[in-house]
Amino acid sequence: MTGTDCVDGGPGTAGAVHGDGPFDPSAAAARATDAILRDTLRGAHRGVVVDSPPGAGKSTLVVRAARELAAAGRPLMVVAQTNAQVDDLVDRLATADPDLPVGRLHSSDPHPYDPVLDAHPSVRASAKVADLAGLDIVVSTAAKWAHIKNVEPWRHAIVDEAYQMRSDALLAVAGLFERALFVGDPGQLDPFSVVGADQWAGLSYDPSASAVTTLLAHNPTLPQHRLPVSWRLPASAAPLVSDAFYPYTPFRSGTGHGERRLSFGVASDGSGPDRVLDEAAVSGWGLLELPARRTPRTDPEAVTAVAQVVRRLLDRGGASVSERSEEPVPLTADRIAVGTAHRDQAAAVRAALSGLGVRGVTVDTANRLQGREFDVTVVLHPLSGRPDATAFHLETGRLCVLASRHRHACVVVCRAGVAELLDEHPSTEPVQLGVTVKFPDGWEANHAVLSHLSEHRVPWRP
Amino acid sequence: MDARALAALAANPGCRRRALLDGAGIDKGALARALGSPASFGQSQFAIQRGHSFEARVTADRGEALVRLLHERLRDGSPAPAPGGVDAPDLTAAGPQGRTARTALALREATAAGRWAVLDHPMVSLDVAGSPAFLEPDAIVVHPDGSWSVVEIKSFPMVDGSADPAKVGAAARQSAVYALALEQVAARVGELKPDGEPGPDGGGAARTARVRHQVLLVCPKDFSNLPTAELVDVRKQLSVTRRQLTRLTRIEDIAAALPEGTTFDLRLADDGRTATRPVDELTDAVDAVDAAYAPECLAACELAVHCRARSRGAGAVESLGRGVRGELGGLTTVEAVLAAALETDAGPTGDPAVDALRRAAALRAEALAAPGAAVCR
Amino acid sequence: MSLITTLARMEAVRDGRARPVATVRHRHLSDRPLVFVPLTTAGEAGAPLGALVGTDRDAPRLLVVPQPRNRDLRFAFLAELAEETLPYLDSYADAVDLEERKETDPETGKKVPVQVELCADAPQLLVPSAAGVAFVRLLGRSMRFRRTADQDPDTPYPAPARVPLLGRWLTHYGERSRVPGSSLLLSLTELLGRHWATGQSNLEDQHLGSLLAWIDPPAGVTGPEAALRAESARDAGGQLLCPPAGPATDPAFDNKLLAPAIARYDAARAEVGGGVAGGEARLRLAENGLRELIASQLRPTWDALWHGVDLLRELPPGERVAERWKRDRWSFTGHRDRVRAGEPPQPKRDDAVTAAQKLAARETAQAQLEAQEALDDPLVMAGRRLAGEAFAGEVTEVEMAWSEAKVPRPRPLVTVVTEDRPQLAEQVKLYRVMADGRTQTGEFAGAHAPGALVVRLTGGMGRGKTPEPGSVPEPGDRTCWTLFEHAPRGGPELPDAESTPWTHGGPPEAVMPGPAPDPVTEEDYL
Repeated sequence: MTGTDCVDGGPGTAGAVHGDGPFDPSAAAARATDAILRDTLRGAHRGVVVDSPPGAGKSTLVVRAARELAAAGRPLMVVAQTNAQVDDLVDRLATADPDLPVGRLHSSDPHPYDPVLDAHPSVRASAKVADLAGLDIVVSTAAKWAHIKNVEPWRHAIVDEAYQMRSDALLAVAGLFERALFVGDPGQLDPFSVVGADQWAGLSYDPSASAVTTLLAHNPTLPQHRLPVSWRLPASAAPLVSDAFYPYTPFRSGTGHGERRLSFGVASDGSGPDRVLDEAAVSGWGLLELPARRTPRTDPEAVTAVAQVVRRLLDRGGASVSERSEEPVPLTADRIAVGTAHRDQAAAVRAALSGLGVRGVTVDTANRLQGREFDVTVVLHPLSGRPDATAFHLETGRLCVLASRHRHACVVVCRAGVAELLDEHPSTEPVQLGVTVKFPDGWEANHAVLSHLSEHRVPWRP
Repeated sequence: MDARALAALAANPGCRRRALLDGAGIDKGALARALGSPASFGQSQFAIQRGHSFEARVTADRGEALVRLLHERLRDGSPAPAPGGVDAPDLTAAGPQGRTARTALALREATAAGRWAVLDHPMVSLDVAGSPAFLEPDAIVVHPDGSWSVVEIKSFPMVDGSADPAKVGAAARQSAVYALALEQVAARVGELKPDGEPGPDGGGAARTARVRHQVLLVCPKDFSNLPTAELVDVRKQLSVTRRQLTRLTRIEDIAAALPEGTTFDLRLADDGRTATRPVDELTDAVDAVDAAYAPECLAACELAVHCRARSRGAGAVESLGRGVRGELGGLTTVEAVLAAALETDAGPTGDPAVDALRRAAALRAEALAAPGAAVCR
Repeated sequence: MSLITTLARMEAVRDGRARPVATVRHRHLSDRPLVFVPLTTAGEAGAPLGALVGTDRDAPRLLVVPQPRNRDLRFAFLAELAEETLPYLDSYADAVDLEERKETDPETGKKVPVQVELCADAPQLLVPSAAGVAFVRLLGRSMRFRRTADQDPDTPYPAPARVPLLGRWLTHYGERSRVPGSSLLLSLTELLGRHWATGQSNLEDQHLGSLLAWIDPPAGVTGPEAALRAESARDAGGQLLCPPAGPATDPAFDNKLLAPAIARYDAARAEVGGGVAGGEARLRLAENGLRELIASQLRPTWDALWHGVDLLRELPPGERVAERWKRDRWSFTGHRDRVRAGEPPQPKRDDAVTAAQKLAARETAQAQLEAQEALDDPLVMAGRRLAGEAFAGEVTEVEMAWSEAKVPRPRPLVTVVTEDRPQLAEQVKLYRVMADGRTQTGEFAGAHAPGALVVRLTGGMGRGKTPEPGSVPEPGDRTCWTLFEHAPRGGPELPDAESTPWTHGGPPEAVMPGPAPDPVTEEDYL
């Protein structure tokens, strides 16, 4: 957590996550949303910060806040971090309200935005902000907004994925709006810089820090809210993810045990992949453990194991039951994702899947899976087969992203020996004065997740 | 073991050799000299003098300046300590056990008193692998609310509010050891409430002892001799130290796996300094337990020069740095890597590490063969 | 570390000698650098003990602080350092070229071309190691806020006249050295480490003597033997044969030699103070003794540094090194102008906008450096190819094609056969250097077969319907395509400091009256 340690929500937050009586997730979430909208539309503060754990309805909140601001006659700008996020948001806005005039401000590169947006008549796309003047909502990336100069500031803005935005990026765009709603997930990957920024460590406006860190350092009294319910994570996953990655701002699952079910039409053949799938179907987690061995990043055996788990997931006629549908819904390739730490690992898994004739499964790195949601995920553990744990592999956000993309189950493929690797990890981190400690740290979170996974361990047998 | 040695355990927790030698209280410096590979570090008397004089300056006025520094950093709106409002209990006692008991008593009294107190060079003990280690923090401050802060005084400067991050990190790890030891004291003090059980209306007695997880680091300000301070959050260091200490019990397991009769006795001559034990014999004894050498050891362990020679002799890739292992997969020696890389009758092997090495070797050879033809259009 | 560098280190282990990791020199080296080898007092992060400084390798100037606790002696050291350094810096200030630059006209708000001065060359400062660079920064920080008696007659402990000015220059050089690829202030260990891989670790390479021993060992000795000797061999008195000048001293030197020598000096001074007969002579003797001692610790490093310079000079400079040096010249010229305009010293900490600007500039510089080094050096490019960020191969087929625009433009499809495995996806942008030095753009258009990649050319072919002659590669040509831009540009301009937004604390305090001097006490060390 950055900047919000021990802050138990802000004024009006539904603090009753662990309240008495039966937990009513919808009511808790509604209370939180109402408070956020109240502060956003009628509050006295220039900014409102919302922490949203994985799958807590951040996009829904952003769409709703944007529509309510627009409906109140207050045009706004929306800042997101990537073009994909911008396109997704515009699509959601236009789908939610086909009559809402939305501008998609884009770059002048070839193929600057998703052609899907052209299907919405109320969406206007342009590389020039003047073309979008007068529209209720204008959406673009922080990088593009930074080029906009000499315009009348917007009265309102929504900054999405604010924890992944760097402080200097906010500096470049904050002059464009008078007040803003900042929304994001503090548990995901932190922004970074490819050059050293140590000389500014500890400064409230360290340009390499996250936008929210700087914002709150300068405006400590801003209302801070959090969404208390994850609608994505099942009851089997929310407690682990909450405890391991959000120890001071816990959240709950929106669904209860047994509400989400995963089953297979084809019985297990007794192989490792089938047994780990059965374990994951029952418990929500599975650890397919390969024998301990030092391997290069693209460990061929681990890559094969990942691909086979996916192949069997499809072959065994997986079907899911959830609050969305009483009837079992077939588990299709587009509802499955494979997550890795490195790009070459993702490429190796893609090649292995294509060798097994699997198409349509998303395979990507943690960075690119941020914000996405699937029914089942298969994760190649970032520390599998490694001789050492580097800061990159230990980063809390990386593991958090990988362990929190699924609605039903998550299978982790890993070499044995990671617990020992963590225990033997030299802890000689430098400490910068004045920098808020990121807590929990990756070392501890990795131990927590691993210890939980070990209860769902299935040894590899082809 | 002192706090520095305990903190250093976390620097290379995979090293069984260091864990065993430290756990058994062996003088690694003397051992290294006897092995013919003395450590390359020592302390300059200038640095020592400077450290002492700065620390004396910081604690000169019975800790009042120290408490003022701490209070300024807390920024919690509490009233500043009045002049004369800081207790400085006498901690003199005989022997480490005596000093530890005296410290615990002083902590209990200060906590109950509900006033600021500074304990200058207290002594606390920490259970390490079954036996007590006695530790001497620079100071402990007891707050009026009954909480305790570890104070670490260092002589490296804080220039414009920032200091050498490596040194601050080392100080944080050392302080975490003290905080851990204090937590054990706090647990006992909680049990030993002088006048009955603390109750909801027990007044002053309701102040339960608690160790703060932010330590106060005091350093010289800029280029002056004036003290300045910052709070350092040591939660991370605490959790690592806690875990490493529980693993330390395994020293017995390491020892049990040694060949019968293994000893690190140097057989000192009558002068108490010269080792008479043959180097070969001593080398064999040291080699009986595995080391996890990496170049970082050179700055942290007296035995490192010896371990480096052994590691290089064995051609271990780690001798070039921990980082090189990442892409080498199962190849652990320089010889094996070069053999795999330079194997010419190509064809993919299916081992990505070997295939990547061969591509790397081929690309490197191509580039080196044609300098000048240099720029590739 | 890239696999190619790892391999080079292992070759070095095998050969007992460093191996190249560059085929050209990637940093500018001045014909007349100013070399600065400092020594500090242990336990006093900032207090100088002595230094060798100068541009003549055979005649360095020795500066010594015989008693580091004495403020007057420290000031004398700094004054001498300024005396040696400032004339060197000044000697580059007046030879200028005229360059045209666009500046915003304050009246019209339009960008208009103006003629500005650019120093024809810039002074270069060389230190032994990264710790030396840090020490330059620290000296700069400690000196630039000092007040001289001229500035403020009431200031306690006034500094010698030119000391604050030297502080500003050292600060500028220290700050510039954080910009990737800059060469105003360089350390030899970093320079050598950029061009050679030793058979030891990066950490061990921080010792200049040990690093040089691997690169150029004395005749008849292997690299590792020479390195071990440089690192740890001691004489009968227990003193290092190659003292580190790190700029920290060796504790054995401090305890056995330096401490007694300082004690002798102190005693002689006390005698002089007390009017003891012969005290003056003993003081001179003691001071000379100290000078010799300190020189003995500095001289090996001074010689090693020049040895390293010789080795580096044997490498031909990379093609784009001069382009980066030109930016250093701009940096030097800019600071010259600020000093001449009487601007106050650099503040203790950057404001929000300055910090963000510096970070952005350094990120751009880093991207440019990475691209330029790869284009200048096939060995660096080999690393990029291995990483999947570039590919090289022979053109086997060229198929003419045109865009579907109203005025069709040439979009030839070039097939390149390569053994490289670039991380490509459809429409990924590609770049190559053309024979005339310009950059041609293209995009990935699929693969005929594994290793037969098709590039659609999108630029560099002129304005006509048919490509200009020589602008399209022909079958049999060898081409090298990169996935990275060759001249990456920086981002948009940030707001002025006066427009710092509320999210970042608003505009910084209205015009600072010039930073206050540091507090000083009788016992301070710097």
